[in-house]
Amino acid sequence: MQFWIIQGLNSLSLGGLLFLLSSGFSLIFGLMRLANLTHGAFFMLGTYFAATAMRSYDGLNIWVTALGAGIAVAAIGGLFERLVLTRLKNNQLGQVLVTLGMSFIISDACLMLWGGDSIPVPTPQDLQSPTRVFGFVFPTYRLVLVGCAIAAAILLYVLIERTRLGAMIRAGVDDRQMARAVGIPVSNLFTLVFCLGAGIAGAGGVLGGPILSAYPGLDADMLPLALIVVILGGIGSLLGAFVGSFIIGIIYTFGTALFPELAYIILFLPMIFVIAFRPQGLFGRIGA
Amino acid sequence: MTASTSSYALEVVNLKKAFGGLTVTQNVSLSIRPGERRLIIGPNGAGKTTLFNQISGDLRPNSGTIRLFGSDMTHLPPYKRAHFGLSRTYQIITLFSSDTLEHNITLGLLGLRPARWQMWRPLSFYRDMAAEARRALDAVGLLQLAAHPISDIAYGERRRVELAMALAQKPRVLLLDEPLAGLSNTERSAVKSLVASIPRETTVIMIEHDMDTALDLAETVTLLNYGRVIVDGERDAVIADERTREVYLGT
Amino acid sequence: MKWIGAALLAGSLLLPPIFAGDFYVNLASQILIAAIFALSLNLLVGFGGMTSLGHASYLGVAAYISALLTSRYGFGHGAAAFLSIAGTTAMAAFFGVIALRASGLGFLMITLALSQVLWGLAYRMSNVTNGDNGIAGLTRPSPFGLSLDSPISFYWFALIVATFALAMMTIFVSSAFGSSLKGVRDQPRRMAALGFNPWLIRWFTFVYAGFWGGISGLLYVYYHKYIHPTSLSTTSSAEALLGVIAGGSGTLGGPAVGAALVLLLKNYVSAYLERWNMLLGLVFLLIVLVMPTGIVPGVSRLTARLRGGPR
Repeated sequence: MQFWIIQGLNSLSLGGLLFLLSSGFSLIFGLMRLANLTHGAFFMLGTYFAATAMRSYDGLNIWVTALGAGIAVAAIGGLFERLVLTRLKNNQLGQVLVTLGMSFIISDACLMLWGGDSIPVPTPQDLQSPTRVFGFVFPTYRLVLVGCAIAAAILLYVLIERTRLGAMIRAGVDDRQMARAVGIPVSNLFTLVFCLGAGIAGAGGVLGGPILSAYPGLDADMLPLALIVVILGGIGSLLGAFVGSFIIGIIYTFGTALFPELAYIILFLPMIFVIAFRPQGLFGRIGA
Repeated sequence: MTASTSSYALEVVNLKKAFGGLTVTQNVSLSIRPGERRLIIGPNGAGKTTLFNQISGDLRPNSGTIRLFGSDMTHLPPYKRAHFGLSRTYQIITLFSSDTLEHNITLGLLGLRPARWQMWRPLSFYRDMAAEARRALDAVGLLQLAAHPISDIAYGERRRVELAMALAQKPRVLLLDEPLAGLSNTERSAVKSLVASIPRETTVIMIEHDMDTALDLAETVTLLNYGRVIVDGERDAVIADERTREVYLGT
Repeated sequence: MKWIGAALLAGSLLLPPIFAGDFYVNLASQILIAAIFALSLNLLVGFGGMTSLGHASYLGVAAYISALLTSRYGFGHGAAAFLSIAGTTAMAAFFGVIALRASGLGFLMITLALSQVLWGLAYRMSNVTNGDNGIAGLTRPSPFGLSLDSPISFYWFALIVATFALAMMTIFVSSAFGSSLKGVRDQPRRMAALGFNPWLIRWFTFVYAGFWGGISGLLYVYYHKYIHPTSLSTTSSAEALLGVIAGGSGTLGGPAVGAALVLLLKNYVSAYLERWNMLLGLVFLLIVLVMPTGIVPGVSRLTARLRGGPR
C-alpha cells in the first residue's frame, strides 16, 4: 500500500513540476505560435542556479531562490527574444531552429560552468521533516510542490482570464492581426509572454532541484516531457497543460517504477492515442 | 447512397454549418441541372464561400447531404470529389507562382491521372499532357506566355490561368468563386467571354459580387442571406422579386 | 561552367583515395555518410515542406538493428542489412502515420518527441542496447568477398552507395510524383482540389526519406564499428538539419555540401574545443539570421553574377 501512495505522491509532484515547465511552453506556443525548444534549458538553468545558490548560502530560502532564478531566466529569455526572435518574425522554421541552437548553447554553457557531475540541491530544512496524514508518512517537500503547481495554475488562470493583460494575451492568441489593429502592442506582449514562460520554467527548475538534482542533460530529459504534455493537453490551453502534466506525471512515475526499461514506450502510448483520435489534444482549440 | 438515376448535376439538401454559436449555413438546399449556369449572390457574410467550401469538401457540414450526379459526396475528402468531376477556382489566387504557366496547367491535368504516382519518369516524359496544357492555355489566349513563371504575369492573366487550370480537367461541375474580383474592365470582359464559352458539358456555378457583369452569364440565380436561401429560380424572376430588393436595399 | 563544376566534384570525390592519407580518406567517408543522411532529410524538408527534428531515428534504428543482429544473434551482414532496412522503413511508415496527423510545428514537435522516446529507450533498455556503453566490436560486411576494413576500400564502397543514393533521390524528386510533392508543399489546398491526395503523397515521401536515412545508418555503423545512443539524439538530427539549411534546402546537392561543412567544422573544432554543441548552437543562430536560404544558392547566385554580368 505504501508503495502505491509513495508513487502516487511522486506522480503528483512530478505532475506539478511538469506543469511549471509546460505552462510556459504552452503559453508561448499559443500566443507566439513558437515551439520554444529552449524551454528545457531554461528549466535546467533554474536548477543549476538553485544548486549553486543554496549550497553556497546555507539556509537560503527556496522561495527567494525560485524568484531570483525566475527573474534571471526571464531576463535571459527576454534578451534572446528581443535580439534574435524578433528578427525572424515570419520565419517560423527559423524561430524553431534558433531556439534549438540556443538550447545547445545554454546546455553546453552549463556543462562548462558546472562540470559533468550531477549536483544535488538540498531540500529546504523546514520542509525536510515528513508529514503524517492518516497514519501515512509523506515527504513534505513533495506535497509542497503540488501546492506550488496549484498556486501557479490559479495565478496564471487569474492572470489570463481576469486581467486586462490576460485579455490582451487572449486576443493576441485568437487573432493576431485584429489585436494589432485594435491597438494591442503585440510585439511587446510577445516579449512579456516569452519572459513569463521562461521565468516560470526557471522558477520551476529551482523547485524541482531537490527532487531532480542538477545534471547535464536535464534539459533533454525535460523538453520531450513538456512536448508530450502539450501534445496531450492541447496547445495554448492552460487547463490542458494542467491535466496533461498530471496524467504524464502519473504515467511516467508508475511506468518507471513498474517497468523501468519501458517507461518511455509507456509515455509514447497516450501520446499516440491522443494524436490518432484527437490531434488537437484533449483541450486544444486549434491545430498546430 | 446510390440514387445515380438523379437528374441533377449537383444537389445540396438541408445543409447546415455552424461555427460554435454562429450558424453560417442554415438549411440550404439547391438543385442544379446539368449544363445550367447558376449564379449565387448575396451580401457580404451571407455564407456564399462557406457554401462553396462545403461543396468542394474543404469544410465539413454539421448536417445535410451533397450529391454530385446522384452520388453522395458529403463525407468525401476534396481530392476524391475532383475525381467525380468537381473543379473549382478560389477567391484568392492559389497558383504555383515560381513555376511556368505550362507547368501549372500540367499539374492541373496530372491530378486526375495515374501518372501522378509515377516515381520514376519526369513530367516531361508525358508529351500528350504537355500538348493538352498548351491547348488549354491557348483556349484562354495565354499560349505565348506558356514558358513564363506565374510571378511574371499580371493579375488578370493569372485569373485566366486559374480558369484554364480548372477547365483543363474537363469538369462536370465547375465552381467559380468570384472569378471577376479585382479585375480591370478589359480583363473583366476577357474573363467574362471565357466563362460564357464554357461548353455545356460543364455545369457552372458562380459566386459573384459584381452583379451587373455576372447576371449576363446566369440563367438561374440563388440569393443567400444570413446563410439561408431567400430566393431561388430563373434569373429575371429573382431580379424582379421583392425579397431581392429587400436584401439589397434593406428594410 | 557546368563542366568545370562537375570536374571539380569528380576530382574531389575520386582523388582522395589516391593521394590523401588515411585520415583524410576516413574523413571523406564520413562526409559521404553525412551527405546521404542530409539528402534523405531534405526530401522531407526541402521538397516536402515538412521539417522534421527526428530524422536521427532512422539512422540510429537501422544502425542498432544491424549491430544487434550481427553481434548478438549471429546474423550474416546481408540478412542483417535487409532486416535492418526493412525494420527501419516499417518504423518510418508507422511514425509517418502518427506525425502526419499534424503539419508545420505540430509535425515538428511530434517527430522530436518520437525520436526522443527512441533515444530514451536506447539508454534505458540496457540489456538490449547496452545503454550508455553502446555496442562495440562490430564488423564491416564483405560484399562479394571484398574486405572493407581498409579506409580506401570503405571509401569506394561509401562512394558507390552515395552515388546510387543521390541518383535515386534525384530521380524521385524529378519524377511526376516529385512534381506532385512540390505542389503539395506549395499549395496543398489547391492540389487537393485538383485531385491529388496530399496525405498519401506526404506519407510516401516520409517513408522514402526514412528508408534512405536507414541506409545512411547502415553505412554509419559499418564505418564506426560501434553504435551509441547519441546517434539517436536531437543533436544528431539537428546536425543534419543544419547541414540541410546551411547548404540550401531548395537544391538537390545543397544539403550534401552543408553536411560536409558541418562535419568538417565538427572535426576541426573538436581538436581545439570541447564545446561542439555550443558552437553548433551559435552556427544555427548565425545561419538562420544571416544566410537563411543557405550557402549553395548564395554561391550560385554569386557565380551567375560573375559569369553573366549584372542581371
